[in-house]
Amino acid sequence: MVRSATSLTGNGVRDWLWQRVSAVILAVYTLFIFGFIWCTPQLDYATWFQFFQGIGVKLFTILAALSLLTHAWVGMWTILTDYVKSARLRLTLEVLVIIALFLYFLVAIAIVWSV
Amino acid sequence: MSEAMRTVKFKIYRFNPEVDIKPTMQDYELTIPDKQDMMLLEAILRIKAMDDSLAFRRSCREGVCGSDGMNINGRNGLACVTLLSALKQPIELRPLPGLPVIRDLVVDMKIFFEQYAKVKPYLINDEPPPAKERLQSPAERKKLDGLYECILCACCSTSCPSFWWNPEKFIGPAGLLQAYRFIADSRDTAKVERLEALTDPFSVFRCRGVMNCVDVCPKGLNPTRAIGHIRSELLAEGN
Ligand code: SF4
Ligand code: SF4
Ligand code: FES
Repeated sequence: MVRSATSLTGNGVRDWLWQRVSAVILAVYTLFIFGFIWCTPQLDYATWFQFFQGIGVKLFTILAALSLLTHAWVGMWTILTDYVKSARLRLTLEVLVIIALFLYFLVAIAIVWSV
Repeated sequence: MSEAMRTVKFKIYRFNPEVDIKPTMQDYELTIPDKQDMMLLEAILRIKAMDDSLAFRRSCREGVCGSDGMNINGRNGLACVTLLSALKQPIELRPLPGLPVIRDLVVDMKIFFEQYAKVKPYLINDEPPPAKERLQSPAERKKLDGLYECILCACCSTSCPSFWWNPEKFIGPAGLLQAYRFIADSRDTAKVERLEALTDPFSVFRCRGVMNCVDVCPKGLNPTRAIGHIRSELLAEGN
């Protein structure tokens, strides 16, 4: 058993599952958005705005952003633990990634809620 | 009548840490009868007869002991079961990648065997032994096919990028194949503990499904599939 405090759940099975679940959510969301674009004959600002006013779309968008956060963290953590051998540098980079992802998430919420 | 001869060209990795600052590739030429083919190991033995400073491991010379794993023209394999005629010249021989070089083609396999030891590669059964032996049905026995044949040559683990990057944490394809060999054994009673010990994010889950291991295994085994089975068992156990 290898201990790792910084992975998403500290458990390989759960990390793995979260990464897959978040991937599915992102895939469905992508299809949903493309489906909307496809099915809208005239896509202008007004329709786009109206689309994002629906509470369902808002929640789904936030869920997708959360999934992106989860997915990216598991992936970035894996990449960093593969390639960055210095523990101090790795921790620094990990913190930077977390801050960046968290900011992205805040911005996503701010955008969705401003509609 | 003299026999027609041909020359086979080699480039062999040479490194003696006691005297060399860095490794070099040394050229060798071997002259053999035109019509004769042989295994790469035989050719290396002949080169050693010319230059006995060349170091490498071998024992069984028939793909059973697992000691002559090396990187042959960029691909890991056993010299003793690789035909000379199948190789492009100059034949480049290097030590197995990712492990410390002791000398020339001889690598330090310590970490590889430590990972192997981690999976407790022996039968665990806490029930009282029956008078004769622990029986298996033919179907139960069949589950071990493709698992027990591993000769621990390390060709797979040393071709796996995940093992290169995390050799102390990722068990690697060879160790995991053996882990599954005992998880799948109907006579073993430690399945839950075995799985429990593999739940962390590195031991199993660092496998990214690159499948280099499957590509190189000289025994035609499929560690990736075994790793997939371990994953499914872990998910089924709900860890
Ligand atoms: S699985 Fe194949 S390549 Fe890997 S150690 Fe066993 S025999 Fe060698
Ligand atoms: S499938 Fe997994 S174990 Fe095999 S080489 Fe790829 S990462 Fe390594
Ligand atoms: S010498 Fe034994 S496997 Fe090649």
